[in-house]
Order: sequence, then C-alpha cells, then structure tokens
Amino acid sequence: MKKKRVIVIGGGISGMEAATHLASMGYDVTLLEKDKELGGHLLGWEKLFPTMRMGKDVVEFLNKGITLSKVNVIRKAEIVNAVKTGEIFTVTLANGNKFESDAVIMATGYDLFDARKKEEYGYGIYDNVITSADLEEKFLSGKPILTSKGNVPKKIALVHCVGSRDEKVGNVYCSKVCCVTAVKQSIELKESIPGVDVYCLYMDLRMFGMHFETLYKEAQEKHAVNFIRGRLSEACENQDSSIIVKVEDTLAGKPLRMTVDMLVLMVGMVPSAGTVKVGKMLGLKFGPNGFLKSMDQHTMGTITNIPGVFIAGTCAAPRPINNVFVDARAAAITASSYLEGYDIEKRISYS
Amino acid sequence: MKDFGFTINKDRQIDMDTADMRVAEYVKTHEPSFNICIACGTCTATCSAGIFTDMNLRKLFTLVKRGEIANTRTEIAKCMLCGKCSLACPRGVNTRNVIVKINQALIKFSL
Repeated sequence: MKKKRVIVIGGGISGMEAATHLASMGYDVTLLEKDKELGGHLLGWEKLFPTMRMGKDVVEFLNKGITLSKVNVIRKAEIVNAVKTGEIFTVTLANGNKFESDAVIMATGYDLFDARKKEEYGYGIYDNVITSADLEEKFLSGKPILTSKGNVPKKIALVHCVGSRDEKVGNVYCSKVCCVTAVKQSIELKESIPGVDVYCLYMDLRMFGMHFETLYKEAQEKHAVNFIRGRLSEACENQDSSIIVKVEDTLAGKPLRMTVDMLVLMVGMVPSAGTVKVGKMLGLKFGPNGFLKSMDQHTMGTITNIPGVFIAGTCAAPRPINNVFVDARAAAITASSYLEGYDIEKRISYS
Repeated sequence: MKDFGFTINKDRQIDMDTADMRVAEYVKTHEPSFNICIACGTCTATCSAGIFTDMNLRKLFTLVKRGEIANTRTEIAKCMLCGKCSLACPRGVNTRNVIVKINQALIKFSL
C-alpha cells in the first residue's frame, strides 16, 4: 500500500517534533520551513527557563529527530497556495513546486508583538529601550551588556505584559511565557553585570509552571531582584539617554518614578503572519484572539474545522516550550488516527 | 512678600532616584528573608495590632523597600512583637525580626 503523506507547515519546535513523530510512524512527511534554517524562534534564545539550559541543546535534539526519522525538509519555502480538493491537500510554493498530502499539520507559530505599537514606551524612539528578544540577542552574542552610549548600566527595568492583557493594542490574552522570561533575564542580568539594580514592573506574576515559583524565589533571595507591582504608564528619555519610568506602586498605593539606564520590554506573542496567511488559504477558523481555533477547548485541541488539518504549538495559543512538545506529539497522534480512518468527531454529542 | 494664599505642596510620588534606602539595605543585610516577601498580606490579616490600629505590615514592608520611611517609626511602634505574622507567613519571612531590624536601623541612622 502506498504510504500516506503529511505536509507539516512550519519548522519551529512544534513542526519539527510533529514531523519527526509522523515520520517515525511510517508516514511520508514533508516539512516546509520559510527560513533557511530549522528551529524557529528558538534559534534566537540563549538559555531557557526554568533550568537555564542552552536553547541550542533543544534545537540539536529536534534536528536529530528530523535526521533519524528521515523527514523530507524543504527550506526557504514560501507558500503561495494551499487547498483541499476532495481528500487531497495541495500546497504550492513561490518557486512553482507543488506538494500533495493526505493531511496537514499547521505549525506556523507566533510572531513577537511589535513593541513600536506601544508608542508610549518609546521602542524605536529611545535608544535605551529594547525588547526581551533584543536582550536575548545580546546574551547570545556573548558581548557585555552596554547602554547605547557604551556604558555599563547601573539600573535596568523590565516591563511585563507588553502587548499582552492590553485591549488598547487589541490583545486581551496573557502570553504566558513573559513573566518567567523576565525573572530569567533578571537573573542573567544580575549575573552578567556586577552591582546592577534590576526592577521588574509587573501587574501579576504568573508563575504557573512547576519550577517557575522556585526561579522567582531565587531571583529575590539570591539575586535581590526588585519587584514593583504596577503597569508602566509611559517612558520618557533624559538628555543623557537614560529613561524615566512612571508606574503606580500599587502595593504602596503611591505613584512612583525612577530613572533607569536601560528599559527592557517583555513582548508577548501574536499569531504569526504565516499562521494568518496559510490559515486563510486552508479555510481554517480563527478564535477571538486571532490564533487558530480548535474544535473544542477541552476535548478537541489540535483538531480544526477542516478534517485532515491539525494544529500544533503556538499558532493555536501562546505556550511555553514543554507544552509545545506535548502539543506537537498530540497533533501527530490525532493526524495519524485520522489517516487510519478514525473519526473523532463521532464522539461529539454536544454542539 | 505679599501672601497670595498659594502654597507649594510636596508631591507624594515615590522618587526612586533620591530614595533613602539605608533602612531597607540594613534589614536586607541583617534579615535576608526580607527579600522574599511576595506581599500577599497574610501577615497583615493575622496582625493583632492591625485589629486595633491602622498598622499594615505588608504595606510597611513595601514602603521601607521604596525608601518611604517618614512614618516608619510611628508605624512599628504599634507592633507588639507577638510574632503571629511570622507563623502565618507562607514564604517563611521572619517578619517579627524584620520589625526588630527596622527599629535597629532607625536608631542607627537617627531617623
């Protein structure tokens, strides 16, 4: 019998892991990645919370899976069309190549929130306002962390919830990973810049993961990171390029101002441009937050309104890496049972 | 000068650039568990003094950390050092000793 074919769209964590598992189950798997390298956002991340292990270790684990399971990887794949005709999916690339399959895994991921939209925070306007991803790039480079004028910063503030839980920018949801990323990066800043004062400006600290609370306590106890509960209203620049921040210290019940040498914006996740583009091509439904919609929040995760299309990872919702791994494997299982003729929708007795 | 009836109000915002952090630093050095407070308010809810006065331990700790120490002496005078707060704290902060250390710092720096 001819092997059933699966196209996995997106070569980040979820796409790589789903492709690996489907290939190991004996399917003919093609993984389409828009960039020249597999790994997605993970390539830009040095250390991972909560263990501080290197991101590149995880990339290596994923790459090994792809190689050992013999996934057919197409890099620099720009999708111009994706349609379902009968039971067959056809994906066309910009170079004219066409791929056919019996199922599709959407693993198109997220984009980082564009911090320039939060204009009052001054990203792209003030030199010493950077994002969490910019800071990660600095960590990756191995160079010392310096201000725009080349000085060692003495005070750094990290702003939580930039582009998350903010109706003004159209994102009401929590991006889940930013709180613990702020704690992680605070610790790294304290370790790499002796004597620096670090302040986290937060609304809530959502330390939901198994070891996140421990990391938070470590930041307080071992590194004396300061936590101030209050959302940043605005940032202004001084003549010397330092930044003035204004928040309400909601626990003290007073407005608070502070000058910092560097301001780090913890940017959240938004559905990626690729998620929106390919999702529309395939006729997938989008949820109220713009991410791809699963058929049921409790029972039908990974399953979409189009039979044969499954969703994995952050194209469905913001998720940390461990959840993305589990999700990708779940998408592989549900795709496999679909290809073997199992109809999960028969089980739905509610509407 | 003619009095026009205008006065200058000192603003009430916390200015972290000029804040007096001597008490906070003293307490952090001598009772390091001060650092791990999560401002949950359990201490304040169980506080014997808080039932009869406006003593608010959770808020007092936050204010000390922001260098807002103008009223600290009056505030800690309401504490009876019963230690119920220390028993209640979910984080294991030695709250009773924090009060003692705040008092020592106020004396040391003549505040």
